[in-house]
Amino acid sequence: MTAALRKRGLDWLLNVYGLLALIYLLLPIAVIIVFSFNNPTGRFNFIWQEFSLDAWTHPFAVQGVGDALRTSIEIAALSTLIATALGTLTALALVRYEFKGRSPVNFFIFIPLATPEVVLGAALLSQFLNWGTPALGFTTILIAHVMFNLSFVVITVRSRLIGFDRSLEEAAQDLGATPWQTFRLVTLPLIMPGVLSAALLAFALSIDDFVITNFNSGSTITFPLFIWGAARVAIQPQIYVIATMIFLVTVAAMIVTVWQQRRADRMAAVRPEEPELALEPAPA
Amino acid sequence: MPVRLRKAALPYLLLLPGLGWLLLFFAIPLVYMALESLKTGTIDTGFQLTWEFSNYTNALRDYDEQFVRSFEYAGLATLVALLIGYPLAYVIAFRGGRWRNALLLMVIVPFFVTYLIRTLSWETILSDSGIVVSTLQSIGVVSEGGRLLDTTVSVVAGITYNFLPFMILPLYASLERIDPRMLEAGYDLYGRRRDVFLRVTLPLSMPGVVAGVLLTFIPAAGDFINAQLLGTPKQFMIGNVIQSRYLVVADYPTAAALSFLLMAFMLIIVIIWARIAGTEALLGTEEERA
Repeated sequence: MTAALRKRGLDWLLNVYGLLALIYLLLPIAVIIVFSFNNPTGRFNFIWQEFSLDAWTHPFAVQGVGDALRTSIEIAALSTLIATALGTLTALALVRYEFKGRSPVNFFIFIPLATPEVVLGAALLSQFLNWGTPALGFTTILIAHVMFNLSFVVITVRSRLIGFDRSLEEAAQDLGATPWQTFRLVTLPLIMPGVLSAALLAFALSIDDFVITNFNSGSTITFPLFIWGAARVAIQPQIYVIATMIFLVTVAAMIVTVWQQRRADRMAAVRPEEPELALEPAPA
Repeated sequence: MPVRLRKAALPYLLLLPGLGWLLLFFAIPLVYMALESLKTGTIDTGFQLTWEFSNYTNALRDYDEQFVRSFEYAGLATLVALLIGYPLAYVIAFRGGRWRNALLLMVIVPFFVTYLIRTLSWETILSDSGIVVSTLQSIGVVSEGGRLLDTTVSVVAGITYNFLPFMILPLYASLERIDPRMLEAGYDLYGRRRDVFLRVTLPLSMPGVVAGVLLTFIPAAGDFINAQLLGTPKQFMIGNVIQSRYLVVADYPTAAALSFLLMAFMLIIVIIWARIAGTEALLGTEEERA
């Protein structure tokens, strides 16, 4: 009796603890959303004054924030595109082929992940300073973002490739598909969820990066760099509005990806009847 | 024959662009930084490569305080993250039911808000006139006129918060994989709750603990944003020094030497941790990755 009671009490305690931990994780986000509706009196948006829609109706009223956000989105889009393409090819090579030097390459890909961001940014700056070209700015930020995104893409796509049923490709080849056709019509659609989530991760990492960008930006300003500058001078509620917008867009993208992945998994589970995987008539 | 040759070359061709990018913009920059760390001079007179190894001993002597503080803060934040993260990961894995994915989404939700803004949000929460400080003052935890912002507490709290998901995700992954029948077997053998946890659940979740500790500790030790925004120069870590030596003072040799020292210390700590935690835990995760 007492043992059962104690067990119930422990269960309850554990659940409460978990709930508190979740609240801890979510509290700062709630604060950001709430304070985006604030009408602060001073330069900093730290104390609640009164409810206002001003910042939401004029989100880009702060000088320079619109340009910074646009730069961030451009760099995120381009670096995602490049890193996802290169990373997917690398992952394919690492999972699908036995070749000399595979494990050193595997190891090499992981080192950037285990290196502090400060060091990644500083090392790249050393190189650009020594080369003298390209001039610090958009190009150097882009180069840096592709660099730190690559390893993340490789790992994400690789984990998808590992559970991959190779007999599907063999079947396609048996039916006369060329290697390219096999890749385009069988392999790519099947690993697409992995590629998509890698791209999403790369985009999120890029648009959020401050440390490495800070070292290689020259006079170009991205959204995180803008906030960094603002944090010393003045933080308008507009910054919280834009953060809330980015948050909502990311959550939406995340939910869509998870949903698609589930659909893809279901499709893979009922593979034999799936018409979408049917090949074009094989050339005789 | 040409077909076989093409087949043999194919993996290397696939690797070339990605690996080339990493060589050019990750590996070679480290070489440049190594050379940079052995130069002497100033930004006005230019830097000459004089193989000045004393840059390292000088950097270590001048900034030993920040090095020690970085590893202290990172260690403390990692420990707190483990204490917060393990029970949460446990609840999600064993009690989450069909809400598991939604709960996991909540764990990574902080990543969807820009890092700097998350940290600014803590500045709002912990600010002198905020509700947390006034509550703690009224119950006497914080003295009248005492503050949380600009203290060790706020910096460590910020670091803990910012890297907490890195701790929870691997913990969850290893806990979720545990076969519930293992636990049932433990209970069937008249194991008490504590025994089952200590002898079955905890050992089986060790790979998650090892990975989570590394994933939290490494970025935490190199961080400078939390110390900058939530602290004062008294809380500055080695990341702050590297950042300002490079970007404010333009003392590249010292900054480069500090970067390598940071990497070296990190490597040593990781190796010691692997020794303590047992290599099989580390190798286990490696195997699962491969």
